[in-house]
Amino acid sequence: MEENKILEMDFKDTPTESLIGRRNFIKVVGGGIFILFNYWDVSVFAQERRNRSGQQDLPSDFNAFLRISEDGRVTCYTGKIEMGQGIITSLSQEIADELDVSIDMVDMVMGDTDLCPYDMGTFGSLTTRFFGPALRAAAAEGRQILLELAFEKLNIPFKNLETENGFVIDKNNKKNKLSYAQLAEGKKIERHLKEKAELKKPSEFKIIGKSFNRRDAFEKVTGKAKYSGDIQLPEMLYAKILRPPAHGAKLVSVDLSEAAKIKNVVVVHEGDFVAVLHKYPDVAEEAFSKIKSKFDRTNSGIDDKNIFDHLLKSASKGQVIAKEGDLKKGESDSKEIISETYLDGYKAHAPIEPHTAVVNIEGGKVTVWASTQTPFGAKEEVANELGISSKNVRVIPPFVGGGFGGKTRNIQIVEAARLAKLTGKPVQVAWTRKEEFFNDSFRPAAIVKINSGINKKGKISFWDYHVYYAGERGAQHFYNIQNSSTTVYGSGWGGTSAHPFATGAWRAPGNNTNTFARESQIDIMAAKAGIDPLEFRLQNLTDKKMRRVLETAAEKFGWKKSKFPSGRGFGIALGIDAGTYVAAIAEVDVNKNSGEVKVKKVVCAQDMGLAINPEGAAIQMEGCITMGLGYALKEDIHFKDGEIFDLNFDTYEIPRFSWLPKIETIILDNKDSAPQGGGEPAIILMGAVVANAIFDATGKRIYQLPMNPERVKEALKNS
Amino acid sequence: MVERINFTLNGKAVNLTVDSDRLLLWVLRTDLGLTGTKYGCGESFCGACTVLVNDEAVRSCQTQVKEVKGKSVVTIEGLMKNEKLHPLQKAFMDHDALQCGYCTPGMILTAYSLLKKNPKPSRTEIIEGMNDNLCRCGAHNRIIQAIETASKKMEGGF
Repeated sequence: MEENKILEMDFKDTPTESLIGRRNFIKVVGGGIFILFNYWDVSVFAQERRNRSGQQDLPSDFNAFLRISEDGRVTCYTGKIEMGQGIITSLSQEIADELDVSIDMVDMVMGDTDLCPYDMGTFGSLTTRFFGPALRAAAAEGRQILLELAFEKLNIPFKNLETENGFVIDKNNKKNKLSYAQLAEGKKIERHLKEKAELKKPSEFKIIGKSFNRRDAFEKVTGKAKYSGDIQLPEMLYAKILRPPAHGAKLVSVDLSEAAKIKNVVVVHEGDFVAVLHKYPDVAEEAFSKIKSKFDRTNSGIDDKNIFDHLLKSASKGQVIAKEGDLKKGESDSKEIISETYLDGYKAHAPIEPHTAVVNIEGGKVTVWASTQTPFGAKEEVANELGISSKNVRVIPPFVGGGFGGKTRNIQIVEAARLAKLTGKPVQVAWTRKEEFFNDSFRPAAIVKINSGINKKGKISFWDYHVYYAGERGAQHFYNIQNSSTTVYGSGWGGTSAHPFATGAWRAPGNNTNTFARESQIDIMAAKAGIDPLEFRLQNLTDKKMRRVLETAAEKFGWKKSKFPSGRGFGIALGIDAGTYVAAIAEVDVNKNSGEVKVKKVVCAQDMGLAINPEGAAIQMEGCITMGLGYALKEDIHFKDGEIFDLNFDTYEIPRFSWLPKIETIILDNKDSAPQGGGEPAIILMGAVVANAIFDATGKRIYQLPMNPERVKEALKNS
Repeated sequence: MVERINFTLNGKAVNLTVDSDRLLLWVLRTDLGLTGTKYGCGESFCGACTVLVNDEAVRSCQTQVKEVKGKSVVTIEGLMKNEKLHPLQKAFMDHDALQCGYCTPGMILTAYSLLKKNPKPSRTEIIEGMNDNLCRCGAHNRIIQAIETASKKMEGGF
């Protein structure tokens, strides 16, 4: 249930406006100054949160807090986790700036379910958009409290006080000052954020909007950073769990006798749950290889080729999510009508750290260390599995080695909990790469059908958009079209038996597929109209923000108007994700003999409102562009009858150094607007920008992702 | 076969009595507690488990512990000298050449081995040398820059 709620939100691209913080008051004990705050209140989730806070000594009606300790250090306790996206740095910057301390004085406690209040999880580019503003307000409130405390102690007019680098200072006599440590000493102050404290204006920023290096880099370059698999407890056993050869296969028989002969191996066999454990993972693996098992497989006949027909046949009734004007009228005004179908196969998350969990049960208390984007969800799942109150479960997420949406499911944690209970020992479950691929909740295969037209003036006359299984995130267009309709069939994730295995959120869920289809279709219309693709987009765009982003990218790229296709191999794509507007222009080289596509250059501009850490945001854009090359060019899950054929990086090719284009990123200066998402937006463009560039290079269009050499060669053959 | 295995680990002598067929990756991580070396794919495709054996980058997930008998093994934990970061580590930090950090130890040690053989590699040579190390977050361009910076700083010295 928890997972479906998250997916529902993630596939919708929660609009920035809809989540406004509610302030609540609670009791919390401890030394120093506490500022408690709440950063969202979606009515549907609020009740849920109240019902299952399940934390000892921690209140349920706020969801983060800041503490100014008696040593003057500032700590933020949040349920968010760090998985590479860099919020450990950007959130610290927001606190440091509003509180007037150096960033080194800020500590982040993230995701520990005993120390941090409930948080639904780290996904959907929600942290900077929703958590950040509330955090800043809390820090500003903290600063206010410190000023008040200093006022009481120093006995000078309040207006003469200011804060600077961890001190409250008398403006008229700078020697007259008190450190935050002195002010917090012996205090037990709890303040609840009621009204938004006055935030610094962009012109007053000293730390926000400046680039900072990652704060966790030292641990990560020295090997000191602990990931879940690095947690080692006395007497801990490493587990290997028997998996079916294909999804849907049922265990018929198993022979564990040879495995059990290996010294000190612990064998677990409970129904169809079979595992071997040992104090060394490689010995457990050896025992595992000696298990003889027989499975009954189901032959559905569904594979990666006929999946699209199967999905269309199984599709539920469509839901119109946007409608404007009259499609019929638009159609009759059209000079040319274009009907196309776009396909996208299943993609794996493939983080380099596979799902891992360590569970220790001791005296009725359960402690879990796990790679998860949803520690609070995991807490409930473990409690359910063990049949205990979630009050007795603590989840600690160490560093997470990449998530991309794939670590919102916590299967490995539940498995470790089950094994810890059965063996009476601490257990580590670390999936092998093969298990990681097999058990992944793939980005769903999806189909988009678009029927659209252009009139004599080169304007889009109508737009009829139908998306199956990708969901609604990114499904709505942003062009100036009088007659248009958007219909969504089925959700973008599981929730349907149509997929032969689990599907879920994959970095910017749904939007990659939707943007691939939309921006390909726009390009086709431009070509039909005989208009340069930049010009065609601009003449059909009135959204000022989007125009500015596109024009910035075009200028930086040095776009020159040309006949279309031009043979230059230039492609354009635009999109909106997580409140951020983004445009990319790419240059590709297509090897007509091998079908290999080399992306030589990508220029990407985005308007993300206030960029808290511009360098951090640029890194995310680069990461999006690089990762996005994978789904654009190579990544595809091959399967048949529930069996997954891609189980390691030999056949499932992810981007590597030799693929890298020259990347230029531009973050538009928009400091006065609220911060928007950064970890996902740019990736949505990569399918379309490459498809459009291939068309510009060759005059041939590819309608299915990935655009691998076979598909490129096939397209080139069809003249 | 259980036997005594001697080798140097991060500059210190190690004397293990161990089944010498076991993989170096797991012996390092479990028996010796050095968890900086990561499991990524188990089949030598990703490079997360890279360590140095006599200054050569090897995949510890494919290396039996008997193969390092009498040799010098360096893991990411052994790269700092006298509490001082190696120029490669420093350059990775300065360039933000990492995100989730899971592939980072393998990246740094592969780069170390590359620079040992070729102290002033061209960009193309860096790409060739690093191409079999995978990063999912997309830090590649910055890793290349970090290696270029470290190469300049080190001027062939380690």
